[in-house]
Amino acid sequence: MGDFLWVIVLLPLIGAIATGLFGQKMSKAGVNFWALGSTGLSFLLAVIAFIELVLRPASERVIVNTVYSWIAAGDLNVNAGFLLDPLSGIWLLIVTGVGFLIHIYSTGYMSHDHSYWRFFCYLNLFMFSMLMLVMGDNYLLMFIGWEGVGLCSYLLIGYDYHRDAAATAGKKAFVMNRIGDFGFMLGMFLIFVTFGTLDYQTVFNNAHDKLAVGGAVATAITLLLFVGAVGKSAQIPLYTWLPDAMEGPTPVSALIHAATMVTAGVYMVCRSSVLFDMAPTSMAVVAVIGAATAIFAATIGLFQKDIKKVLAYSTVSQLGYMFMACGVGAYVAAAFHVMTHAFFKACLFLGSGSVIHAMSGEQNMEKMGGLKKHMPKTYWTFLISTLAIAGIFPFAGFFSKDEILYKTYASGNIVLWGIGAVAAGITAFYMFRAVFMTFHGTSRVEPEAMKHLHESPNVMTTPLIILAGLAAVGGFLGVPIIEGWNILHNFLGPVFEHGGTAHGPAEHGEHHLTTELMLMGVSIGIAVVGIAKAYIAYIKHPEITEKLYKMFKPIHTVIYNKYYVDELYDILIVKPTVATSRWVLHKLVDEIIIDGIVNGVGDFFVTLSSMVKKFQSGLLRDYALTMMLGALLFVSFYLWGGK
Amino acid sequence: MSIPWLSIVTFVPLVGAAVILMVDRDNKSLINGITFATGVIDFILSVPLFFMFREGTADMQFVERFDWVKSIGIEYHMGIDGISLFMVLLTTFICMICYLSTWTAITENVKEFNILMLVLQTAMIGVFCSLDFILFFVFWELMLIPMYILIGVWGGKRKIYATVKFFLYTMAGSVLMLLAIIVLYIENHAQTGIYTFDILKYHGMSLTHVAQFWMFLAFFVAFAIKVPVWPFHTWLPDAHVEAPTAGSVILAGILLKMGTYGFLRFAIPIFPEAAQSAAWWICGIAIIGIIYGALVAMVQEDVKKLVAYSSVSHLGFVVLGTFVFTLRGIEGAIMQMINHGISTGALFLLVGILYERRGTREISEFGGLTKVMPRFAVVFMIVTLSSIALPMTNGFVGEFLILLGVFEANVWYAVLASTGIILGAVYMLWMFQRVMFGEITNEKNKNLPDLTKREMTYLAPLVFFIFLLGVYPNPVIKKMEASVEHLLIKIDKSGQNAYVRGSKVVNPVPETKGGGD
Repeated sequence: MGDFLWVIVLLPLIGAIATGLFGQKMSKAGVNFWALGSTGLSFLLAVIAFIELVLRPASERVIVNTVYSWIAAGDLNVNAGFLLDPLSGIWLLIVTGVGFLIHIYSTGYMSHDHSYWRFFCYLNLFMFSMLMLVMGDNYLLMFIGWEGVGLCSYLLIGYDYHRDAAATAGKKAFVMNRIGDFGFMLGMFLIFVTFGTLDYQTVFNNAHDKLAVGGAVATAITLLLFVGAVGKSAQIPLYTWLPDAMEGPTPVSALIHAATMVTAGVYMVCRSSVLFDMAPTSMAVVAVIGAATAIFAATIGLFQKDIKKVLAYSTVSQLGYMFMACGVGAYVAAAFHVMTHAFFKACLFLGSGSVIHAMSGEQNMEKMGGLKKHMPKTYWTFLISTLAIAGIFPFAGFFSKDEILYKTYASGNIVLWGIGAVAAGITAFYMFRAVFMTFHGTSRVEPEAMKHLHESPNVMTTPLIILAGLAAVGGFLGVPIIEGWNILHNFLGPVFEHGGTAHGPAEHGEHHLTTELMLMGVSIGIAVVGIAKAYIAYIKHPEITEKLYKMFKPIHTVIYNKYYVDELYDILIVKPTVATSRWVLHKLVDEIIIDGIVNGVGDFFVTLSSMVKKFQSGLLRDYALTMMLGALLFVSFYLWGGK
Repeated sequence: MSIPWLSIVTFVPLVGAAVILMVDRDNKSLINGITFATGVIDFILSVPLFFMFREGTADMQFVERFDWVKSIGIEYHMGIDGISLFMVLLTTFICMICYLSTWTAITENVKEFNILMLVLQTAMIGVFCSLDFILFFVFWELMLIPMYILIGVWGGKRKIYATVKFFLYTMAGSVLMLLAIIVLYIENHAQTGIYTFDILKYHGMSLTHVAQFWMFLAFFVAFAIKVPVWPFHTWLPDAHVEAPTAGSVILAGILLKMGTYGFLRFAIPIFPEAAQSAAWWICGIAIIGIIYGALVAMVQEDVKKLVAYSSVSHLGFVVLGTFVFTLRGIEGAIMQMINHGISTGALFLLVGILYERRGTREISEFGGLTKVMPRFAVVFMIVTLSSIALPMTNGFVGEFLILLGVFEANVWYAVLASTGIILGAVYMLWMFQRVMFGEITNEKNKNLPDLTKREMTYLAPLVFFIFLLGVYPNPVIKKMEASVEHLLIKIDKSGQNAYVRGSKVVNPVPETKGGGD
């Protein structure tokens, strides 16, 4: 049973190799066959594997599939092996399912592209890497996937390599991820030194024997791993690559930079929950970074003009929520939000892609408006997803976001809850701002773009409709309040139950029905206020907004320019490093000091030889003199020195 | 072992050189053909070494031993263990590829060039196989001479400066090494009454601390120059920039490994105590080399110089992995020696391909090449990724094992060294972007031809091994394991048990002296 897990992982790789090697000579249908065929089949097998998993009794829901020994050096042995349990199962379905939908969408979105095959080659390679990350049964395999998705992200952001902005953004994403990987790598080493293995099950089973709760090692391991998560999941201070990543084609933003890859950090923290639970300090760090990112990114989202940038900052902000949940020990809630977020954010990105496609590439919302009547399918799916992210009942985001907020409150972190609630209000505001600016009001579309304005083809709208449907009802997997109805919790919960742990407080917090209902009321209230404000500001009285912009121009400028964080990094880190390398290391140390010495030695010998040369003057009397001096030296040595 | 495999593999290139001597110098294609055929034959002959090599033993295999100059104990003594095996294979592999790459790059004095290359190959293989100091030294010097000439004759504008610099550096190393060998020889005779240059005999020698220290230092400097370890590295960028492509490939792919190989074969096993007491500062300069090499690589304007400085950084990893004396550190170091040969060899070939087309290597002269050279772009990207140690490529396995081994010995070394993986991504991807991405702004690049069939042919095996060693490195690791463990035991004999870490075979519990039965 389950020995076909490796096939699920490998299929997209086959698709990638086929399209990569022969795609140039294939027709589009041929590329579709390999790319969609392999991912579709992978999705199908994933569903079968998942059903097999669900049918098992709760205590036996772990399927391991070892393929071969990958690296064995001394007592280190790393297998290429795959693991399916409820946690990886959820991600498996998201990755293959949403991935497949986005593949379908891309056949429409990329249809005019000149290197269609290359796009699908990268996309398949991404699916493969992401599955490695999620399905691997040890940290090193996760790391392979981890760096692999980083590579694919690099390749796909820089897909239009001839544009400098795209190429630069790709490189930035890779390097910032590498900073995170640096932490991941060291965390992995520390795990190996502590446990003698990188295998999940051995590590987790021995955690309580080898580590002390709150001990330095447990804290160090988890903090290092979290550095990796911060890079991959775009948290403060390594978030700046994600907004830039919007240079990539929109399906890529949907798949990689919203639904799957960026949630890898959350997966890693959830996967390592045993270790995180033993390190309260790390948990606090995770929660605070998460909350800070949630609100910080939300404020930047307020004034962005580019529709994809709005969504990008919203993604950073939502990822912050997920980490906040992890940080208070509400892993199920985090995983739940990953899932609902995958639905509504993928839908939003694809929707924005549909708009951009219709607008002949225009991304500036100030040049949109009134698109509702031109592209109804896109509009309605976008609206549903926006309601979901804003947290309106009964859409998916309501349930997952609320669970996070409730668990945060229940764990006693009132301040964090407050931050989360305010960020939710801001989210509702800027998301509806985007809806209003894009689809409602008077049209500001340029005449040239107006001519081509059209609803997207079915191949693009169908995935939108499916995702919007999931965004609408997906929340019911985690119904709160009624005992036993939280299917997701019953399914995922056991993964995070590790006997005798100082467990995350939130999972054990008592269920206070009134508190929960009250909090729900508060958050819906906040969301409604946010939406209403957006309505007033952008539909009812846009003139007031203009005035406000002018009044608070400096603040607006600072936020619009993302608090100048990129510029700050550039001045503080990039420029000094390059300057030091160029002038101090290369010019001064290498060329002047070291080469100076070497050439000095060379010159010394030249001088020496020219001096020695004088002895070989060819004149007999010189030689005679030398001989006499030598003899004199010898004699004196024997007389006085040779005692 | 009746067939003298090692001698055959060593001297086949020399035979090829002799054949070329008889060919008319204007028949360039025949000369090139003979050289390439020799390379292929030698590579094919060397492959059985891998499969016939017995795992699980640290003994020298394929040993050949005859008296050479009996009166003073010089022997013709060849043999390989799990460390040198891979150096021999790397040499035959890289040389074969090099020979195919020069057909259009070298158009003058083809005959001399090919002869020198073949002589060089014999010398390099000889270095890795020699188990007698004098034999080793003969091959060592034989290897340097063709290299001087290759740079000095077929080099670029500042070839004479580069040659002199290379000569000065390496000569200083050779002299130091020769002095130390003679001292060892005399010392060994004083202790045992036997005149011998048998390297393995020296491994167990007891020497005073002071003697160990000075001789270790002499060996260390000799090999450190070769590696090159910071701050002995400044000959490398100049030599690379001036050397013809094939010279650079050989230089980076194989010659640099002579230094790290020298540490493993001579400096460490002969002077284990000195090596241990020097380990801290050697690790220190290795780490400086990793970071320094990467930072300086970042600001280079010339692609070839950038790759040269990246070698300083990569070899820093190898030296660090070696001198932490852990199983995984050293295994990773050997893996990385192989990987660096493949990846950096490939990088130099790719830079050479650009140079052949444009006559320049200035990064600013390029940009947007992906559009006109898509196949080149793919290969270049794969090699770049291997160089920055992306998982599933060979580079990752080596770097991972090194860093893990380093971490096991000293956490802070590992933290500092790991910054190299970030910087590696910075300088390689930045260079790649400036050369390959963006719009084509330079008119001269508009019509550059993509890879030819010949170029694809010699790049393909490199790409193949990049993936093979990344996905399935175990056969290689297994073959070297016993030899590495053996080396660690030797170090351990000198009393610091803590060093032998991560090994299955070696019992980590110290021997109890005078215990029951």
